[in-house]
Amino acid sequence: MSGDFLATKLDSALGWARKFSLFHYPFITACCGMEYMSTACAHFDLDRFGAGLTRFSPRQADLLMVVGTISMKLAPVLRTVYDQMAEPKWVLAFGTCTVSGGIYDNYAVVQGIDTIIPVDVYIPGCPPRPETVLDGLIKLQDGIRQGKQEWRWGRKS
Amino acid sequence: MTLDTSPGRGTMLINLGPSHPSMHGTVRIMAELDGERVVSSEVEIGYLHRGFEKTCEHRTWFNLLPYTDRLNYVSPLINNTGYALAMEKLLGIEAPERAQYIRVLMGELSRVSDHMTCLAAMAMECGAFTVFLYMMKAREYIWDVIEFTTGARMTTSYIRIGGVRADLHPDYRAALAKAILETRRVLKDVHGLLDKNSIFLGRTRGTGVMAADEAVAYGWTGPCLRSTGVLYDIRKARPYLVYDRMDFDVPLGEHGDNFDRYMVRMREIDQSLRIVEQAATALPPRGPVVSADAPAVEPAEAIRASRRRRVEAPIRLSPNLEGSEKEVAGGIRASDPRCALPFKEDVYTTMEGLISHFLFFMDGHGIRPPVGEVYSSVEGGNGELGFYIVSDGTDKPYRLHLRAPCFHLVAALERLIRGRFVADIIPTFGSLNMIGGELDR
Amino acid sequence: MGPQELIGEIEARFPGETGDASFDREDVALTVRPGSLVAVAGFLMGPPHSYRMLLDLTCVDLRASTGVFEMVYHLNSLERPSRVRLKVRLGAEGAAVDSLTGLWKNADWLEREVFDMFGVVFNGHPNLKRILMYEGFEGFPLRKDYPLRRRQPPAEKGRGA
Repeated sequence: MSGDFLATKLDSALGWARKFSLFHYPFITACCGMEYMSTACAHFDLDRFGAGLTRFSPRQADLLMVVGTISMKLAPVLRTVYDQMAEPKWVLAFGTCTVSGGIYDNYAVVQGIDTIIPVDVYIPGCPPRPETVLDGLIKLQDGIRQGKQEWRWGRKS
Repeated sequence: MTLDTSPGRGTMLINLGPSHPSMHGTVRIMAELDGERVVSSEVEIGYLHRGFEKTCEHRTWFNLLPYTDRLNYVSPLINNTGYALAMEKLLGIEAPERAQYIRVLMGELSRVSDHMTCLAAMAMECGAFTVFLYMMKAREYIWDVIEFTTGARMTTSYIRIGGVRADLHPDYRAALAKAILETRRVLKDVHGLLDKNSIFLGRTRGTGVMAADEAVAYGWTGPCLRSTGVLYDIRKARPYLVYDRMDFDVPLGEHGDNFDRYMVRMREIDQSLRIVEQAATALPPRGPVVSADAPAVEPAEAIRASRRRRVEAPIRLSPNLEGSEKEVAGGIRASDPRCALPFKEDVYTTMEGLISHFLFFMDGHGIRPPVGEVYSSVEGGNGELGFYIVSDGTDKPYRLHLRAPCFHLVAALERLIRGRFVADIIPTFGSLNMIGGELDR
Repeated sequence: MGPQELIGEIEARFPGETGDASFDREDVALTVRPGSLVAVAGFLMGPPHSYRMLLDLTCVDLRASTGVFEMVYHLNSLERPSRVRLKVRLGAEGAAVDSLTGLWKNADWLEREVFDMFGVVFNGHPNLKRILMYEGFEGFPLRKDYPLRRRQPPAEKGRGA
């Protein structure tokens, strides 16, 4: 009983710490990148949510922000980058092209990145306003805080 | 340039991208290095190929406008204008004067936004993060002006064939003055931060040098060509819209290196702000503002009344259609029936208006340009942005091809980085302003 | 030199190799036989005409109506506001034309793009391979008989796709 209570409290604390220290890897391809730049800069600061520091290597990041259209040519690269990230990791689909292929329903575009990698938060918009992005980020942070935290050293596999 | 990766050569193959920290876009540069020197390289593009040209063959002339926004997505209004001008050339019509001034004003604001994004990213990659933050801040004010009028910060789809979608917001002058003031402030700050900065000069002076005739052989246009000393600006060479009435200079560089490209862009922002101010002053007056207190009838009531007699009273249009009232819209959209949307008041109350409205939007009818082809170009942020359109008389293009300026710029990248250091790749690539949407279409 | 004189000079210099000449203000358009494309382009590029810049080259798939692929080249003069549009008609089977990489450097990538999208082969091109689509893509997307939505996901998708 007390073990469960402690575990939940630890989960909570870990969730709180994880949600406010997200290092994101911006996988930027297209127009949404411009709104990403706006969101990350002084006007609509990402830093005040703890998610301001960009890690330019997937090995050091825990949030993969897929920003912009993913073409068929780029899909294997996206998969590789996702696989290179260490657990715990989350994926944010930024913009309708990543959510569902957007306005491009043709031979060259992946119709939604969830056909390749699992996605945690979908942010629609073409491109989404920075406020929408921050809303999505906050939802992700709530999910991180409340979800079960993976801490492998305590669990039997 | 093909790489030689055979063992025993003593060189190392290093790969930049396609996912890389640079904010420009997704491209892969495979460089063969001897120590720090690039012996040869291969640039691979196509990672953002979204099938624009094929998609446009399946959309009507009116519907493919949002796709043109997403080409050079940092200056979408210039792409919209380029497409609209090509279609107007094909149809043989001209937009009214006020619409032309609005297009110039919006286009130049877009150009300022384009150059600032390019320089901000280039400076950030050289380590000047402050410049990035300052320029993004100024860009927000410009996007505020654009948002007031068009409704969207970036992908606006504002320009229509024959004019523009809606008139300028009634209070745009205050926002415009603020944007120009902030941009000038930022430019002054950035000049102070970078122009004589020994680190920035060390990284950009003498790197990525392109000679003038080789630039022409590569089909370079725009600020990159002007940085080599060749004076070619479509706004001066083949003036379109009302650029022949604007007083502005075209800055030229001397050496064709990265620093010159930076300086040419900085000066072009200044000139674009001059054009914006002139356009805002010389704008022909708008139609009479429909006062909110005027006795206006609701659309449903007007439709009922129109069954008996012609309705003369002004109709209260939905707020979404603000700026499209008959008195206003006449000044900003050509009234050629082949391509103009009829005024909403006429659609509600007259049979001819209703029929025109349906013919415009009906699947299979829409805009019907004559059979033929046209090539028309505008001065985009990167150079000559051309649209080659082949029409077969139906409501969809037979072939729509974009002459992308940065395609030719990036084609020369392999030549620019050969023999240079790895660290020179970054400012060189940054100063070319490669935009993925335009490069790969 | 006005557009009409230019057309006259080209027709005099290359008799029987050109046709369908027209002009619109300062811009000239004409059709050229595939065999003399490089010669005509080189003639226009050099002085005194000095159409020094290859603005664009692209292709239009007209096999449904006239059974040809039509290559379209745009040349640009920097000194005066004048452009030339050269068109070359290629048969549908085995469409091939000489490469312009000897004259202009940007022809390299432009021709690769036309090869990638239409399948037109350029004789003498140093590195004719796909540029926009990935290796292993089959077919030529901008041809009219390629359906818009035919997707061919690349074979390799990382582990555990």
